[in-house]
Amino acid sequence: MSDIAIKVENISKKYQIGENKKYPTLRDKLVELPSRLFKGPQKTKEFWALRDVSFEVKKGEVVGIIGRNGAGKSTMLKILARITEPTSGKITMYGRVASMLEVGTGFNPELTGRENIYLNGAIIGMTRQEIIAKFEDIVEFSGVGKFLDTPVKHYSSGMYVRLAFAVAAHLDADILLVDEVLAVGDAEFQKKCLGKMSDLAGSGKTVIFVSHNIGMIKNLCTKFRTKIFYKIKFDGQTDKALDIYIGVGKKITNNNSYKKNSELDLYLRKIWLTSTEGKYLNTFQINQSPQLWIEIEANIPTNKAEVSIQITNSSGVNIIFSSLSDFNKNKFYNFVPGIYQAKISIENNLLVPDIYAVSVTTHYRAEKRIELIEKAITFEIIESNSNMAPYGPASRSLTCIIKGSTWQFKKIE
Amino acid sequence: MTSQITIIEPSSKIRFINFRELWPYRELILSFVKRDIQVRYRQTVIGGLWAIVQPLFTMVIFSFFFGKLAGISGGGVPYPIFSYAGLLLWTYFTGALTAASGSMVASTSLITKVYFPRIIIPIAATITGLLDYLVASSVLIGLMLYFQIVPTTAILLVPITLLLTWMLAMGMGFWLSAINVKYRDIGYVLPFFIQLMLFVTPVIYPSSIAPNFKLLLSLNPMTGIIDAHRSMILGGLPINWGSLGISAVLVLLILFTGSAYFKSVEKYFADII
Repeated sequence: MSDIAIKVENISKKYQIGENKKYPTLRDKLVELPSRLFKGPQKTKEFWALRDVSFEVKKGEVVGIIGRNGAGKSTMLKILARITEPTSGKITMYGRVASMLEVGTGFNPELTGRENIYLNGAIIGMTRQEIIAKFEDIVEFSGVGKFLDTPVKHYSSGMYVRLAFAVAAHLDADILLVDEVLAVGDAEFQKKCLGKMSDLAGSGKTVIFVSHNIGMIKNLCTKFRTKIFYKIKFDGQTDKALDIYIGVGKKITNNNSYKKNSELDLYLRKIWLTSTEGKYLNTFQINQSPQLWIEIEANIPTNKAEVSIQITNSSGVNIIFSSLSDFNKNKFYNFVPGIYQAKISIENNLLVPDIYAVSVTTHYRAEKRIELIEKAITFEIIESNSNMAPYGPASRSLTCIIKGSTWQFKKIE
Repeated sequence: MTSQITIIEPSSKIRFINFRELWPYRELILSFVKRDIQVRYRQTVIGGLWAIVQPLFTMVIFSFFFGKLAGISGGGVPYPIFSYAGLLLWTYFTGALTAASGSMVASTSLITKVYFPRIIIPIAATITGLLDYLVASSVLIGLMLYFQIVPTTAILLVPITLLLTWMLAMGMGFWLSAINVKYRDIGYVLPFFIQLMLFVTPVIYPSSIAPNFKLLLSLNPMTGIIDAHRSMILGGLPINWGSLGISAVLVLLILFTGSAYFKSVEKYFADII
């Protein structure tokens, strides 16, 4: 046996959607028989949540799985946790596997905290002896000691989650499968959970962690040997994978046109990026100023409408938000039918080298949104031969923007 | 610990129950049983007494209408104790079957979030009712004292009928709980089905009442079991081993097919529940 903890070979998972039969029962078979004879087999809509996914995870690695909704992250985790079966392929896991797809699975509101610790422990795979041995630790970690013999239905939601996480955190396993369970509770509790996760990860356990919170993945994973999968297709270093994740969502392109949508009062026709000279670009030197162009068509007269852009970096942090009214103070644009064009100049020497995504939205002032195109376009800022040499790619961990502060500096004594 | 290897692969179409796989989960079965009992006792005022109320009141009504007014004989024993001995087991059977059938749907949050052999859920649901059976037996003891019926050593055989009833409730529970995941119709059909079954099972009447239909009646597996259960407790009546044998064969058949069906479709549960 090598140092492999999880070996996934050509896993595919197919769901049948739309059709009202998902597994054959005797009755179905009987009802189907006549139509089969005459019509041949019925077509079912198929949907492949995962297709030929293969990867390996070594012992002690902390692996983040990221991806957009529908990318197959949760399906992969559910297959690893044996909740659902793959359609084809094979997975081999070495060691005791524990899954935390939810905290407090099986908690019963009528039972007391003490009873729920035993019940939940048994459900997630602890033996009674194990629970007895760790009981004190669990209670202490949860901080609900005083209410141990109170039915959990009387707990505050915070206490409930703390107790639930405390049980799960004391499950002794070699491989931990974790869904976004950390996205619960208050900030302090999340910090505690993250700390516990880091402890687990540092103690040589293999952790698979699914999230779309990029910041969390970075925090948790970069500290250790790391692998990240993008749509489970990419397998590499955290930073690189995150760049790809941010960038690939909508293919990297500097020119996006959208189909006419006559249902909207205003619709976004076209979004593109150029250099100041008007050349189509999506990679800019740090000292170049990206020009963002937006074309909007008004189908009907639209009063008090607003156009806004948001620029997000590869950690998912929103860096810039800007609206049409910024340059049209206290006055909103009243559109008459026709085509409008906006040019937004993004300052040079502002954004550090990174990949950025631009989201564009049209909306009524502080009211409802008309249209939102998330990550409509992406661009990259690079640094090669400018005079800003200190701000190489490493600067990302120092700052999000390069904006001068004025320094006065002299020898005073 | 690291010697533990898990292999995940698409399973073959037909699967059978794997006791080796179930054994490590015996604590979980007990945890579920304990939970069900704790929750029920906590949410009700008279708790365990409910186990007595249902068969006792049914017995009183039956004794009045069937025993007294309709004049149905107790086959050699006073009608109240005759019907109670049948109702005791019948109440366990229907309770266990109902609980098992709804158990999978009631455990949706578990099924979609954590792995354990799914078959544990209906198994645990059929065990909880055994406590009720024991509690309700106390009334039977009272009735036997009152009617001065002395049990023979045959009473030691009662666990056989109890075991067969448990197996039958499990077997049918496997079928119905698995179907219920996809077709919630089961929840509507079952109460009606149980009501009808009461009339083709010798609970109200002794099976000797219909000698011409004996074979037909024994196709209902509960017929032989209820008859034998009563005979074993009340002593004086002969045990019909032939009828019990037919029941045992049917029970095994239902249990075997039920578990095979359950195991074969369980892989879809998390996707469609």
